[in-house]
Amino acid sequence: METVPGYTGIARALLERAGARVGDRIRIVQRDGRVFEGILMPRYALSAKPIIVIKLDNGYNIGVRVDEHTEITVVKTREAILREAAAGAPAVVPLLEEQPPLEKRPRVMIIGTGGTIASKIEYETGAVKPAMSARDLVEAVPEIGFIAEVSAEVLMNILSENMRPEYWERIVDAVAKSIAEGFEGIVVAHGTDTMAYTASALAFAFRGLPVPIAFVGAQRSSDRPSSDASFNLISAVLVAARAPFAEVTVVMHGETGDTYALAHRATKVRKMHTSRRDAFQSINARPLARVYPFERRIELVSEPLQRRGEQELRVMNGFERKVALVKYYPGMDSEIIDFLVDRGYRGIVLEGTGLGHVGEWLVDSIRRAVENEIVVVMTSQTLFGRVNMNVYATGRKLLAAGVVPGDDMLPETAFVKLSWVLAHSSSFEEAKRLMRENLAGEINPRHTVDLYPRWPH
Amino acid sequence: MIEPKVDPSKYDPRELGLKAGLEIHQQLNTRAKLFCNCPTRLSSEDEPGDEFVRQLRPTRSELGEVDIAALFEWRKGRMYHYHAPRATSCLVEADEEPPHEINQEAVVIGLAVALALGATPVDEIHVMRKIVIDGSNTTGFQRTAIIALGGSIELESGKKIGIATIAVEEDASRKLREEGRYVHYMLDRLGIPLIEISTEPDIETPEEAYEAALAIGQLLRLTGRVKRGIGTIRQDLNVSIRGGVKTEIKGVQRLELIPKIVLYEAIRQKRLLEIRDELKRRGVRQEDIDAQEIADVTDVFKKTKSKIIARAVKRGGRVLALKLPGFHGLLGVEVQPGRRFGTELADYARFWGGVGGLFHTDELPGYGISAEEVEELYKLLNAKKGWDAIVIVADEEPKARKALEAVKERAKMALEGIPKETRAAQEDGTTKFMRPQPGSARMYPETDIPPLEVTKELLNKARKIVPEKPHEKLEKLVRKYGLSEQLARQIIRDIHLDLFEKLAEKYGSRVAPSYIASLFTNILRSLAREGVPVSNLSDTHIEEIVRAIAEGKVSKDAVPDLIKYLAENPSRSVEEAVRELGIETVPVEKVEKLVEEAVKQLEAEIRARGLAALNKVMGRVMPKLRGKVDGKLVASIAKRKIEELLGGN
Repeated sequence: METVPGYTGIARALLERAGARVGDRIRIVQRDGRVFEGILMPRYALSAKPIIVIKLDNGYNIGVRVDEHTEITVVKTREAILREAAAGAPAVVPLLEEQPPLEKRPRVMIIGTGGTIASKIEYETGAVKPAMSARDLVEAVPEIGFIAEVSAEVLMNILSENMRPEYWERIVDAVAKSIAEGFEGIVVAHGTDTMAYTASALAFAFRGLPVPIAFVGAQRSSDRPSSDASFNLISAVLVAARAPFAEVTVVMHGETGDTYALAHRATKVRKMHTSRRDAFQSINARPLARVYPFERRIELVSEPLQRRGEQELRVMNGFERKVALVKYYPGMDSEIIDFLVDRGYRGIVLEGTGLGHVGEWLVDSIRRAVENEIVVVMTSQTLFGRVNMNVYATGRKLLAAGVVPGDDMLPETAFVKLSWVLAHSSSFEEAKRLMRENLAGEINPRHTVDLYPRWPH
Repeated sequence: MIEPKVDPSKYDPRELGLKAGLEIHQQLNTRAKLFCNCPTRLSSEDEPGDEFVRQLRPTRSELGEVDIAALFEWRKGRMYHYHAPRATSCLVEADEEPPHEINQEAVVIGLAVALALGATPVDEIHVMRKIVIDGSNTTGFQRTAIIALGGSIELESGKKIGIATIAVEEDASRKLREEGRYVHYMLDRLGIPLIEISTEPDIETPEEAYEAALAIGQLLRLTGRVKRGIGTIRQDLNVSIRGGVKTEIKGVQRLELIPKIVLYEAIRQKRLLEIRDELKRRGVRQEDIDAQEIADVTDVFKKTKSKIIARAVKRGGRVLALKLPGFHGLLGVEVQPGRRFGTELADYARFWGGVGGLFHTDELPGYGISAEEVEELYKLLNAKKGWDAIVIVADEEPKARKALEAVKERAKMALEGIPKETRAAQEDGTTKFMRPQPGSARMYPETDIPPLEVTKELLNKARKIVPEKPHEKLEKLVRKYGLSEQLARQIIRDIHLDLFEKLAEKYGSRVAPSYIASLFTNILRSLAREGVPVSNLSDTHIEEIVRAIAEGKVSKDAVPDLIKYLAENPSRSVEEAVRELGIETVPVEKVEKLVEEAVKQLEAEIRARGLAALNKVMGRVMPKLRGKVDGKLVASIAKRKIEELLGGN
């Protein structure tokens, strides 16, 4: 194991010569006589500065610049420090004094895939570690024990941006197994950046769903008192345990305050803000429900597609990898489409302008793609509204070239859907037909006036 | 036996082995906040803004420790209602956006102060998160970073007080009010940079604590880059005595209160040690206290005349009692003027049990509780009169039980002496229990902010703004602005020093700097004494007044009236005020005309009495001109006109 992570050059040499490891108490003596003493911390900065970071007795970290005249000695080892700390530590106080009721509660499975929703801070280094045993979770968020009998499993620990379709497939399998085991609801803890993609993938893969699945994440890491992790997790467990609908949902903060969460339909939800708690919003649809975690209440907002227990579990797992999501921009080169065709791609989702357009110089390349039986689907980069390719000439040309209009589907949803459709249809024609069918609530045929937000002005 | 009353004049802090340290927090006057680009000014509640309600959850340390005070607030269902003015807060204050990099302007000012104190800057600045649980930080922690270590400040006596650390940190939100379980906070102040200077515990008398606070405050003002006004500087104290325990005292509002608080805390510790010794002398042991069971004594108070108890029982509560063996008489002992040992127990009952208070036998019979009821209590608890004390609490059963368990714990601590506490300063100089001292685990790295290397460039920038030493500044004020030494001494101590220098620089050629200085040291102060709300005046008001004088639009005579008007109507401009008050200066031609008229009317008398009639002329003219023109000018014109009249003959 790395003993002085992050250190390079002279700083590393000095630490190694002293036999110091992160967590040891060290003394640094400078040539000018200045002395610093504290616990050696790991270095996270990516630059190779000759600086050693120590934690002073008052808890503060400082960086000390070192050179060849600096002398470092180990005053006390990490093990000795931890032993002393453990000896003096008071008994662990539970967060809640009350114990969960003994009566039967719905069984809920929490599947961890990564992200910071349920993690522990290492105070010494500031590193965040996953904490996903059921005991850890109930200990950290005891409220969930009052709502459900909770089981938990860490399936993977993947940063949201590193998610891939093969992981979707593993998650589908794990969820299917838990449903088969009789869990009455499933919570999937997931990093927020690509949560909507994974949730959509499950929405298409489960053709019959008897119980709710709630994806949940955190925009503020759970090591801080203001984290949204607990609030969201309680809300998600509530949805999994008690929601009347059996759909794949994303359950996150409904507004910036801690008042209610929203359960969004997986195929209609999008992360619309880099950092806000209420980053997730339903686009071209209302959310499925408002969730009040403190009152333990769920208020339906939209009509569910299917209710709990109505259907039998049918899993159609598998996603085509050769699918691309391409955003059109002014002047885009047709070579980009040609490249995908030549590389054997089977599907392309275009994020076109406005009602569903791209520069007319791309039409020939797109026609060639379709002739090669590549399914080309048009969505809009405006996100709000429906594509309509009959209004302008370019749209009509694209239709003539064989482009499938994506209706009001979000580009990301259309991408996941096409990945799924291509893995489960027997012909090019069937794939095109399925793309226009509403399989998992991804298409909303009616847009009322209120479905568009009013921005501040 | 201990004398129950405490007489502060009988205690010599040096004999008690007093040691105190200071923590001074001062807002910096930077362009932007410490971790975002919001301005560093305050907003009013009626400015446009947004509101939201949040909770804060206690977090656990590696060792599973959880901050007890945080846990209690959370269990009570405490909610925080934030007011987010759009002009002075953004997503960073709302904890909806990660912090930006640390504001280097604030770091440079901090480093300049560090250099002035002879401290050693650190080589790399690491921002930490310090857990704060009262909701005043939307994140649940305060971001803070040490920028320098060591150094010292010299008192007028020549004694040096060591500096332990110098940090820059973000200020907290402003508490507006509490409504039930909701605490309302304003986000305007959150994130304003503070410098925190912590001294070593080198302070040995209450007066030294005051002098050190004064000296540090003056040094900070001499940078010219700190905020002034109510709430921009705050002091915390650490106090211990020989054999005592370092106690933290938060929220000292007024500088003048420091000596009293320090002395009172030293006395409290001494008294608690005396109580400990008395308990030992009586042979009271931990086991004796531990052995006591909490008893339900509701039946004793069936027909009580105590309104508090009757009301609690009527609401479904119970009366619980705890015997404190061998404590008779000690609960009535004052630890600070007006605060008895029983008050300390009550603080614990309130904090841990959430009850309103308690009764104890050292103050009974009383408060409607009869001698018979007390008698009955002693009998029921098998307690010895004149030896044991009994504490009772009337409230909902679980609350009352928790309260008495806390009292039991606190009573056990009395055998050891002084518990480690954070206490809150009160207006009368006493302190009350606020919370147990938090553990060291409440500090961890702010991983969202990269460390900042203290480079040569940064240090050079700091060197350029290192504040002058007070005596250097004094010389400069005398030399450059021609102030008398006395006036220079006054202005150097005035919080408006920076504004004075700015105005003297800008308008000094047209308005005497000594007049500008006296505006602060004399006029504003005497108006404040008269009850004029001068704190309403903005710097812009004051500058406009000086400019108006410089431009001859307002006479100095009119200034006090003008200030008074503006203080009472701070939304008005000086121009509007002048018009409203009718104190526009009168053109010289008009003065001459008025004087000529008067001279003509009084011609006979002037001819008879000569220049002695000047007063008569002035008496005619001045009522029409007072406040609108300098009296000296009128006098000189009148004199000239009289001489013309007399000479022309």
